Parts: sequence; structure tokens; C-alpha cells
Amino acid sequence: MDYFLNEEQMMIKELCHRIAEEKVRPVTAELDEKDEFSWDVIKAIAQADLFAIFIPQEYGGTLSLAPNQKIGGVLDVCIATEEISRACGGIAVSYAASVLGSFPILIQGTEEQKKKYLPDLASGKKLAAFGLTEPEAGSDVSAIKTSATRDGDYYILNGTKHFITNGGEAEIYTIIAMTDKNKGPRGVSAFIVEKGTPGFAFGKKENKMGIRASATRELIFTDCKIPKENLLGKEGMGFIVTMRTFDMSRPGVAAQALGLAQGALDITLQYAKQRHQFGRSISSFQGIQWMLADMATQIEAARALIYATARMIDSGITNVAKESAMTKLFASDTAMRVTTDCVQIFGGYGYMKDYPAEKYMRDAKITQIYEGTNQIQRNIIALQMIKEMANK
Amino acid sequence: MTIKIITEKCTGCSLCIKTCPFGAISIIDKKAVIDSNNCNLCGACVDACKLKAIILDKPKARTAKINLEDYKGVWVFAEQKKSKVQPVVFELLAKARELAKKLNTEVGAVLLGNDLGDGIQDLISYGADKVYVVQDQKLANFQDQPYTKVLVELVNKYKPQIVLAGATSIGRSLVSRVAVKINTGLTADCTGLDIDEEKKILLQTRPAFGGNIMATIITPNHRPQMATVRHKVFTATPYDKQRKGQIISEKFNDEILSTQVKLLDIVEELESTVNLSEADIIVSGGRGMKGPENFPLLEELAKVLNAAVGASRPAVDANWIPYSHQVGQTGRTVCPKVYIACGISGQIQHLVGMQSSDVIVAINKDPSAPIFKIATYGIVGDLFEIVPALTKKFKNK
Amino acid sequence: MNIIVCIKQVPETTKVKINPETNTLIREGVKSIINPFDMYAIEEAIRLKERFGGKVTVISMGPPQAESALREAISMGADEAVLICDRAFAGSDTWATSFTLASAIKKIGDYNLIICGKQASDGDTAQVGPGISVHLDIPQVTYVKKIEEITDKKARVERMTEEGYEVIEAPLPLLISVVKEINEPRIPSLRGMMKAKKAEIKSLGAKDIAVDSEQVGLKGSPTQVVKIFTPVPRKGGQILQGDTADVVNKLADLLKPEIGA
Repeated sequence: MDYFLNEEQMMIKELCHRIAEEKVRPVTAELDEKDEFSWDVIKAIAQADLFAIFIPQEYGGTLSLAPNQKIGGVLDVCIATEEISRACGGIAVSYAASVLGSFPILIQGTEEQKKKYLPDLASGKKLAAFGLTEPEAGSDVSAIKTSATRDGDYYILNGTKHFITNGGEAEIYTIIAMTDKNKGPRGVSAFIVEKGTPGFAFGKKENKMGIRASATRELIFTDCKIPKENLLGKEGMGFIVTMRTFDMSRPGVAAQALGLAQGALDITLQYAKQRHQFGRSISSFQGIQWMLADMATQIEAARALIYATARMIDSGITNVAKESAMTKLFASDTAMRVTTDCVQIFGGYGYMKDYPAEKYMRDAKITQIYEGTNQIQRNIIALQMIKEMANK
Repeated sequence: MTIKIITEKCTGCSLCIKTCPFGAISIIDKKAVIDSNNCNLCGACVDACKLKAIILDKPKARTAKINLEDYKGVWVFAEQKKSKVQPVVFELLAKARELAKKLNTEVGAVLLGNDLGDGIQDLISYGADKVYVVQDQKLANFQDQPYTKVLVELVNKYKPQIVLAGATSIGRSLVSRVAVKINTGLTADCTGLDIDEEKKILLQTRPAFGGNIMATIITPNHRPQMATVRHKVFTATPYDKQRKGQIISEKFNDEILSTQVKLLDIVEELESTVNLSEADIIVSGGRGMKGPENFPLLEELAKVLNAAVGASRPAVDANWIPYSHQVGQTGRTVCPKVYIACGISGQIQHLVGMQSSDVIVAINKDPSAPIFKIATYGIVGDLFEIVPALTKKFKNK
Repeated sequence: MNIIVCIKQVPETTKVKINPETNTLIREGVKSIINPFDMYAIEEAIRLKERFGGKVTVISMGPPQAESALREAISMGADEAVLICDRAFAGSDTWATSFTLASAIKKIGDYNLIICGKQASDGDTAQVGPGISVHLDIPQVTYVKKIEEITDKKARVERMTEEGYEVIEAPLPLLISVVKEINEPRIPSLRGMMKAKKAEIKSLGAKDIAVDSEQVGLKGSPTQVVKIFTPVPRKGGQILQGDTADVVNKLADLLKPEIGA
């Protein structure tokens, strides 16, 4: 389908496809097997300027934004993420998670903060990560316990974040911590914390079912002292920053899921054509054909939804909570369905690690869980619908 | 000057389009139209058109200001390394004899080097009537500049009508310079050489487009007609100790022998394994080898067969084996008697490097691997079982 | 360091297929790419520029569409591109091509180093690089797999041979042809692609490089093509059946005449 991408977006698509085929695909199986993060591949992505496409030109990026707009280039990021994800979901999420970790600075950062942190992120010299989730605070984000206590010119952070993508590899972390327990959700703030700050350590690296090329670690804060200048926005704005960030970044996760689905469909189509049973190609059986048709249709619908939402965000619209949630929900469910069908069509070979099918399915599952489980997405959508109806 | 379609005769049958290697013809309004930007004036369409609706008007090519009749003799450049004449030279001498017979002329060999010893007589025993020898310390090892200057001097002095050389890294570097210097035509990597009986000129046939098409080329108005030929394309005649010939020694001054480029060192990497270009049998490994630690399996089979070890690009890119072993489009082209491809899928980039081998054996666990389409003998199976079993079998023979 | 890189646009020969019925080349849908070996030449030039400063100029002799190859080179980091294009150049063999390129280089100006790819994947002759060095009367080193050291006066390089390699020192200006082992060509950056899109490609015709029409194009080519045909395609043979012992025995028997065992 033609999505009327502009010239630059076509270039990004082409460039990412090349990187996916030449740099990512040759190493994806090995990284998955060895549970390894590859700086080589990240460097290749960075060298192609792909970390610059969502950062404004004045901070070292290639993006031009309208004067009052904070976020842009989301469609470009989605295109890039999708193409990379077709070859490896793990590497794609390492890219997308750095975008996610950068968004709070773009949305809420001061001029000084932007000038200090964004250039290295735009060049890909440093990666970012977003630290929200805690052992006791997954879907229930209000239950976070990590505290940030004001002490003169500093804040002292104490607590643990876990399941943080790019944890340990990233240099720049946007951390959500409680500044005032008594104010409930209004007592939470967002901070920038740099790797290497005394009191900021990393816990174990998680051994995951999928997206194993991405590094997932615990972040441990023990009396970690950060300058007060590292507060993002004002105290109490933490959840607002978080919600806004997720609204903008969910299409990116959706794009990762979409890429997985597309990659799975690509190999399934090839396999179905080659595989002969009962004297003919299995792609000639109606049952298989119907499965392929359903897979392709759902993928296209997910793509259309992602691109439409991304375009809304890029045009400056900020009230996109419902659309963003729909995008993430639909794309991730699609990815799970498509990749499962992919394994099914591959049959016995689909179950074997020698063949690429099973990795897509393992990689897809997480997309239904992180950045807000699909159950939470449904909550968001429904609440938004009811609010809109009530306002009529 | 040019190529024209006689539109009245053209029926738009598209035969010409299919033959054009450069995609320069298309059908517009039911008639063939040639895009002069892409057309290389090769004439393939002229031959293909059954209705003779295409005319190619080749302009009179620039003629060299020479008398073609003055040029006589078929020469072979005798490449030597460490004073040993390379096998390809003997193959070329056999071909040169054939061509010389048709032209009613003699075969000359040109040998540059130092301490050449038996090499000179060997050239005669393999077919040369005359050997032009230039011995000097400065020529001991091949270097572009002195070799070019000496060869140019010899050609200008003795005026051979044909000069052949091996398409080796030395041969190709050297004769391409000589041809330009002498202002004559050179055809590289010929797989066929013959004499046009009528015109008494050399017909040079060679592959292009990675071997997808063949072209026959002539050098009608310039001399000598130069061509390079790959190793193992032609066959040497048996060594004939009784054969007699003339040895002509030439000497050149320091200026001719001088070089701006210094050869500092020669490093050999292949050690005990046989040189890929020389080998009659090659055992080659690809992605299916799974790692560098498995290449010794191939080395063992190679040892038993007295073969060289080759590799496809993925194995080289993964650093499992050095680039000097790479066979394929960006590696070496080989044509051994037997090529045993182990764990190589047979992508076209690899095939262009080995598809002219006499016998191709493919061992691969994937039955749909493209290599089975061109393999003389294919085995669908686990190379880790089959290769050692083959080694054992050949060891026992 | 001023570097000139000579590139050629070629059809993606690995994708060129033969029509099994007519035994002719199928060229539809085969896209044009930069000759694979030239990619290494471009990359090496850019790396040298990154190390020493200077300029990389890419040139190509070809029809107007060869411009896209030049733009791709700019997207990788080349500074300027020149297309040498004229109907008069059509039908050139390697003598005429190297003459034309050398003449264009003389027009373009000063250079320290000229880098060419080892050979073009359509012609496969490897003759143009050496030809250029003769026309320009500068030394050459072919099959360079590594530049060990280089200044604007001289270079020490490794030249690949069948047995290994040679270490060679040559004065600049110099022409080198490079092989795959020398580097890994980069994927262009987005900024590079945008620059390439907007770049102005200079075009030089026969008059601009002041060449004698007798020495270019079909007229200037000592060699002529008299026939083009497709070779009989190699067909597959037989798949040996059986367990390991069976196939090994069968194969050993079949190979007996070749191996002489």
C-alpha cells in the first residue's frame, strides 16, 4: 500500500532496509543464542544518522519542528524501527528504547538540559533508557517506591528499577521517582541520571524469552546524588511527563511489533512456496492461503493505524492517548498472532532453532506486555472513549 | 555512424530486445526503438533480427599507422616466479603452436628474470621456436615498470603479430600497460582463441557479465593482437626433450630497467596448501562449515586428494579462512578438474567463480540449495559425516 | 590529500538471468549498481580523506543514468562528482575508455592518488586502471589489499598475489587498484543521501576534455566485438542417493577418472 511517504522518509526506509539486511540479519541468530548486545550494530545505525531523525537540528539532529512543537519525526522513527525489526526485534527495541528515553528531555527539558544531553543522543554516541518500572510497580505505576529526596543543591535517589531496556548500555537515564509521598500521583517527578554517577549501579542482566539482543537490567540507586538541575520540569510533573512520553512512543513499540510481523510473514511466504507436501506446494492449499491472507491484512491494518497516529503526533497534535493506545494494542496483538501462525505454517521446522521462525514468535510476545500491557491499553482506550462521550 | 532500425521491416517481435545485453531496446508504438544512451554498438541485435531490420554502420576504426604485414610470429609471455616458469605458459605455448601453424609462422617465448637456468630450454621443449631472454638482477622479480618497458622494446623490435600471456595477477597488470603503451588491443581472460582463416586474424572469445554471455573479439587494425588466458583453459603438449629452438639474449640499459616502485618484501601465506589457481582439485567450504574450527576437515580431504582449499565469501567474511582462498565474484575464478563444494549454497556470486570446473560435486544438507542445479554429482546430507568418510575412503585407495 | 576515484555503473550481474527458452539474457528489472569493486575504492578514498583531510572526487564515464552511481558515491562521503558523458564515447573498448578517463583527469586537475576497483563486474577485464596509469605516465600498483602507510610523497602498500602478498613502496602521484580485502564499504548516512540528492554533478563531454575523436568511442577502440552469444548453460547432473557409506562409495567411483586414484 502507498502511504505517500515523503522523500526523506523513503530514504530512511531504504537505508534501514540496507542496514537490516547487511548488518543486522547476519548476526541476529548469534546474538539471540549468546544473549549479546551488539555495539557494532548500534554504531552502524548511528553512523547512518538514524538517531538524529527525531532530534531537532539545533541540538545536533536532522529534525525541523514548528515553533511550539516538542515532538516530531515519530513517523520517521516508526519507519526505521519497522525495517530494523524485520531483521531483529531485539536490535530494533534497543533503538526504539533510546528514542523513548530521549522523549522526556524533548518534552520537558530546559534549553540547558537539551543542549547538554541531546547532541550525544543524536549522534548515537550515547544511548538513552527510560526507568519507570519497579518490582512492585508494573501496571500500577502509582506504586513506585524509588524516592528522590531534596538535599540542598541535590536530590538523593534511593530505590530499584527493573526490566529496564538498554539498562547498563545506556549512558543517559530518565528516571521517575517519588519526591513527595503525601501527594500521591502528584508527588512523582522525572530526573535525568547519568551512568557512572556514584550510587547508581546495575543489577543482573535478565535472561529473556525473546529480544535477547537487547540488554535488560536492574537499576539500583543507593544514596545516589544528582544535581538539582537534573530535575525535568517541576516537582510533581513526573506522571504527566510519563504519560506524554508514552503517548508519543507507543507508535514506536507498535512499529517494532509490526516489523516482527512483517518479517515473519516474509519468511513464511517464501517457505510456503518452497515446501512441498502431497505432491504440491503448500502455498497452493486454500487453508494456508487463507492464513496468509489474514496475516497480510492484519499487518496492513496495523501499519495504517501506526502511520496515521504517527502523522497526528508529527503534525503537533498532543491529545493522542486513545489513538496511541489503539496502535500499540492492535500492532502487538497482530504480531503475536502472525508470528504464531508463522511457526504453524513452518510446521516442525518452525519449532527448530535452526530456522528463523521461532525467534519471531519469542520476540513478539513482549510487545503485548511492555510500555503498558495490552490490558492497560484497553483501559486507556475505554476511559478516553467514555470521557469524550461525557464531554459531548 | 550508428545503428538504425528499418521501421518498415520491423514487426515489433521483440527478439532483439531479448538479445540485447545492455537493455537498450524497447517497443514503442509496436516498433523497436534503440536508446542510444545505453547502446554499445555490439551488434547482437543485428544478428538476432530474423527480418534483417537492424543495420549497424560501423565507422572505419582508427588505424594505427603501421603496416600489418610487418608483424609476424605468435609470442607467449613466459611468466616466472622465483625463476620457475609458470604452468600457464606451457599451456599457452601449445595454443600458440596451433595458431602459428594456421598463420604459417613461428612461436616465440619472452622470458624476463635472473638466474633462469632450465626455464629457457623448457620453453623450447614445450613448443617455442625462439626464446627471447632478458636476464638481469633488476628483473629477478616482477615489477610493472621495468617489465613493461622491456616488453615494449622487444615488441617494437621484433614485431610479433600476436602476444599471449597468462591471466594471472602479473600477466593482467603487465599486458594491460603494454597494450596501452603500444597502442594496440588487448582482450582479457579469453576462453577461446582461433584464427579467422580468411582474414588471418585472431578471434578472441571471452565471457562477460559474470559469464552470462560470451563475446568474440578481434583487433583488426592494430598489432600485436594481445590476449590473456586463464590457467587450465588450454592444455600443454607433452614435454619434448628433443625439440630444438633458438635462444636470443637481449640486454637493456639502466633506464629501461629502472623502477620508481620498490618491491620491499614477498610474503607467502598459503604455506603447505596448494595454490588455488594451480590446483586440479579444489575442496571448498561455505557457511555450512559453521566455524573456523571445522575447516581442518576440508584440509584433510584436500591433503589426501592433493587439492587446494577454497571458500565462499560468507566463510571469508566471517574470518574463518583468509581472503586468498575466496572463490567467486569478488574473489578468484578457478577452473579445476574437480570442485567439491561443502556447505556452499551456490549463490550466483560464488558460481561465477567456479562454474567452469569440469566436475562439480556439491555436499549440502539443504536439498533446495541452488548449487545442486549445476553440480555434476550432488549429495544431500551432513557434510560433517560425509567429508570425513570421503577422506577415509580416498586415503585407503 | 586529493584523491580521484574512477567508478563504473554496471547492471547487477548477479541478478542477471538467462531465459531458459530462448537462452538469452533477461535484463528487465535488473537494476544498475556501482561496480562492487569500486565500492571498496570509494570507501578507501573516504577513509584517507578522514585521516588526512583533502578532497575526494569521483568520476565515471558512462551514459546519463550513471549519474545515480555518482550520487551514491557522494552519499557515502565523496565531495565532488564528475560524469564524463558524450555520444562520442559509445562503444569504447578499454583502450579508449582509459584514454578518455585519463584525459578527463588531466582536465580535472591536481591529484595525489587515483583509486580504481580491481575490475568491473560486467567487462571483467581489469584493464582500465592500468591503462589510465600509462596514459597519465604515473606508476601503478594493482590488487592492493592494504595501505600500510601513506604520505603525500609516497605510499607503502600490500599487493595481493596468488601465493600471498608483496609489500611495495611507490611514489605519489600514484594509481592503485584495490581488492575486496582492503576495507568494508560503509552504508551511506541519511545526511549523505540528502547531500547526494542536492549535489550538482558536473558533466564533461568530448569537447570539454579536448579529445581527438579518433581516439575515443568505437573509432578509438583497437578491439571490436564481432559476435555475442550465450553459452550453453551448465546443467545439473545427478543426486547420489543412499546413506553415508553408499554415497561416499559411489562418489569415489565416479571421481576415479578425474582423480586418477
